[in-house]
Amino acid sequence: MSHRVRVNPISCEAHGMCAELLPERVTLDEWGYPIVDETPLHGSQVEHAMRAARACPTFALLVERERERSRR
Amino acid sequence: MSGSSSTIAERRPAGVRAPAAALPRLLTGIQPRGALTLEQHQAVHGPMPIVASGRGRRRAREQGSLLIDEIERAGLLGRGGAAFPTATKMRAVAGGRRRAIVVANGAEGEPASLKDRTLLESLPHLVLDGAILAAEAVGADELIVCVCTTADAGVRSMARAIEERAGAERAPGLRLAAVPSQYVAGQESALVSFLNGGPAKPTFTPPLPFEQGVRNRPTLVDNVETLAHVALIARHGAPWFRELGTPSQPGSALVTLSGAIAHPGVYEIEHGASLSSLIAAGGGTTARVRGALVGGYAGSWIGGELLNGVALSNEHLASHGASLGAGVVLLLSEHACPVAESARVARWLASQSARQCGPCIHGLDALAGTIEEIAAGIAGARVMQRIDQLASLVARRGACGHPDGALNPILSAVEVFHDEFADHARHGPCDACARPPELPLPERPVSDSTRVTLERR
Repeated sequence: MSHRVRVNPISCEAHGMCAELLPERVTLDEWGYPIVDETPLHGSQVEHAMRAARACPTFALLVERERERSRR
Repeated sequence: MSGSSSTIAERRPAGVRAPAAALPRLLTGIQPRGALTLEQHQAVHGPMPIVASGRGRRRAREQGSLLIDEIERAGLLGRGGAAFPTATKMRAVAGGRRRAIVVANGAEGEPASLKDRTLLESLPHLVLDGAILAAEAVGADELIVCVCTTADAGVRSMARAIEERAGAERAPGLRLAAVPSQYVAGQESALVSFLNGGPAKPTFTPPLPFEQGVRNRPTLVDNVETLAHVALIARHGAPWFRELGTPSQPGSALVTLSGAIAHPGVYEIEHGASLSSLIAAGGGTTARVRGALVGGYAGSWIGGELLNGVALSNEHLASHGASLGAGVVLLLSEHACPVAESARVARWLASQSARQCGPCIHGLDALAGTIEEIAAGIAGARVMQRIDQLASLVARRGACGHPDGALNPILSAVEVFHDEFADHARHGPCDACARPPELPLPERPVSDSTRVTLERR
């Protein structure tokens, strides 16, 4: 089952922690909000992404399993 | 083509067929003022057909799915702007584990649209019939009609209509909710948030309203025009519905026509009707038309030179990068400055952000600022690249569709009115810039409402 990174844009307050901790997936726009690569994570990246998600001060960074996304 | 006795037929351009006898559908029996009472409504359309028997939930559910099947065969698409298949949404709600709720969405936040308020004001019982039939079809025991607080006449007329149905066997848990008038308040998740006691702002999804909506119950949110069509499909069936429109977009639709037109107002058209036939029905243009904004403030501009060949179906409009949206056609006259008008529209769209998502707050503000700089002739040399860059920073980065919708009229204006934008960027304001605004925004609403009418291919 593949995992992807996603941002809740309402919760996000542009602290930028995600870009610090997950630079391979997240860059910041000119206002400091994350631009996220939403393609599936490689297996070895999942734990790394989850650590970044836990570090987000507003819990706006999400690591979602494929099944959850298909319900959108 | 002259004189006070001239008819619509006489104004018809060569090659356009006479009005189809099959129209109007929704607007049948509409009066110039006031609402049809329940009695008058039933004299026009007959009583609400029995689709669910009420004898036991299982039977009700089976019967309900008959109506959903019929709506699916009819190919009814939602009329709030997204054109999503109504039957698909109903089936998802009906399949939920908990009792469903139906929300009739009449919170028309689009400043250039009057169709929903026309229905609420003049034909409230047609909307109620559709909403009650939909509630029966999905097994809902509660029905909430949402009207914009600023639509006074709509609120009053719907309140009266609900009173007329008080005590009726087939009006379960029927109530009215007045919703704030912000542009994004009519978005499905914003409406659900408001009805749950929160702010009228979009929420992060999933869950979508059909899964967890009002009080966490499966919630069917349908536009009031969609429901009015449901009321007629339940009476006349899918083949009748498909007698008008195109195979991919069957039926008729309400369109708000305004701007440089003799009789601005709400018209009922057949999907696929030509724009010129709509303009003819509206008494013709009042000036040469520089462009048409189709689909309202989430829609796109089509240049004036192309308008003769435009047909009002999404399939055709896609070739112009446009869609019918919630049925809005705005005609901009040659006297107006498209750059100054676009600057006002962009600023208004930025002001309508719910201010929840960073890219929407900052991106739309920066875009509006850029268009304003072009209009003032103070933009830098690389301003067009800056617009593209901002567009890419805004697109698909909001919790709702507002930032993406807002890009449409801005980017299409820059493209369609390329010469005017280039001219302003180089030389600053033109003579027309100082003229009063033409496009309707809340401080300058659509002037007048002719709300009868027809039409044809």
